[in-house]
Amino acid sequence: MSFVSVSNVWQKYGNRSILERVNVEIDEGEFISIVGASGCGKSTFLRMLLAQERPHKGEISIDGGVTAKEPNRERGVVFQKYSVFPHLSVRENLIAAESFDTAFGRLSGEKRKTAAERADAMLERIGLNHVADQYPASLSGGMQQRLAIGQAMTAKPRILLLDEPFGALDPGTRLQMHDFLLELRDETNMTVFMVTHDLQEGFKLGDRVLVFDKPRWDPHDPGMYGATITYDFDARDGGIPFQLKEDADVSA
Amino acid sequence: MRLINHIPGKPLAVLLAALPFIALFAAYSIGSDIRLDANPQDKLLPAPSTIAETAQRLFTEPDRRSKEILLWNDTFASLARLLGGVGISALLSLLIGLAIGLLPYARSAMSSFIAVVSMVPPLALLPILFIVFGLGETSKVVLIVIGITPFMTRDLAQRVLEIPQEQIVKAQTLGASSAVIALRVALPQVLPRLISNVRLSLGSAWLFLIAAEAVASNVGLGYRIFLVRRYLAMDVILTYVIWITFLAFLIDWLLKTLSRKAFPWMEAGL
Repeated sequence: MSFVSVSNVWQKYGNRSILERVNVEIDEGEFISIVGASGCGKSTFLRMLLAQERPHKGEISIDGGVTAKEPNRERGVVFQKYSVFPHLSVRENLIAAESFDTAFGRLSGEKRKTAAERADAMLERIGLNHVADQYPASLSGGMQQRLAIGQAMTAKPRILLLDEPFGALDPGTRLQMHDFLLELRDETNMTVFMVTHDLQEGFKLGDRVLVFDKPRWDPHDPGMYGATITYDFDARDGGIPFQLKEDADVSA
Repeated sequence: MRLINHIPGKPLAVLLAALPFIALFAAYSIGSDIRLDANPQDKLLPAPSTIAETAQRLFTEPDRRSKEILLWNDTFASLARLLGGVGISALLSLLIGLAIGLLPYARSAMSSFIAVVSMVPPLALLPILFIVFGLGETSKVVLIVIGITPFMTRDLAQRVLEIPQEQIVKAQTLGASSAVIALRVALPQVLPRLISNVRLSLGSAWLFLIAAEAVASNVGLGYRIFLVRRYLAMDVILTYVIWITFLAFLIDWLLKTLSRKAFPWMEAGL
């Protein structure tokens, strides 16, 4: 049994179909890149994995569980921006990843001390220990995204969802972030889903690259049919395609 | 060079800031001089020196009958009403604003109601308040609360709604309950806004306070102004007006300082 299982998922907003017949099985520890044209539903797919949206039809199960109704600690997320809390210092942002799960959102005494120690260890790892007491607004874009990733990892989620995490960064910083993410991945063996516009980035970081596209197109009613996974590439070992979805099953 | 690109230097900027005050004072002095020249008994525009003498008397000399300094009594009574009303409004608007901003059920139930209530002219309700709550302190505090709460609530609810959805989702993935999101994510981010709302609404709060005191009271800054109006005691009225202006300015400055000290993260990006 695979770790994340998406079976026959459909999504529509009103009469507009966004996704249809999405089926995919993911093993634990896989890094999945999700690519596709704008408006082809890849972000919608991520929001459903996040349980920010519920599928119109179908099941999304993590480790055999039922389809979640709202976001929870099983899923960590990093958005393109606004992922960290501007009113908390860098260290407090990491402590929040532990304290928000309590009744009043605060830790006290011994618990707070050990959480702060773990936060400092994480800061060391993501290279932000020199700015621990600053607020996120005074950090560069790359540092903010490192903090957001560190914060998501501190909560120890089962899957990590990245929604164009490096989209707003300059090319140099983006390359540094790639190295950082690959390093982090080797250490934790986390299951990661990353939506990206950048094909090269998708193939560089991912074990598998899922391509979303509309297999059916009604020129009179573009909202008639939704998108689905049209290609599922093996991106390891230089990215040799191992599977080409048969056009027959979708172009009926 | 274009006018919009002309920037005054530091000394000139200070001078320019002082200029309107000097001009106003000069205009008043000249007007007062002209009137007093024609009629030394004129009460309409007392000389600045007369106002200064009156002010000194009002601040230091006790009333002959009650042996108390009336100006300080008026000040404390008015400030208690003002701060009571503004404090209650701030608390109410914070609670309702957070509820409307965070909870879809509260939003459905309350937002149109608040929008309609904020259109009711509060002063038109004053007679009703006097009938319902009597002529004591309650009606004056309630007038301030009714006058400024709806506007503050709407603004705070809007501010809560403007918190990026990403932050709210992120907090949920960290295991935060609705209460924790309200307390640790939304509340700290709207508190600076609450303080700026209080600063903005203090002007209206003074207006409602003085109106209520003018109609029915036996102590208070507004009451005294409307009492001495009968004797055309312009020197007393002007002293009170300057004093109220100073108090309002002081409260505003205190709130601004508090906001800057309490929310260092607001300026982190600047």
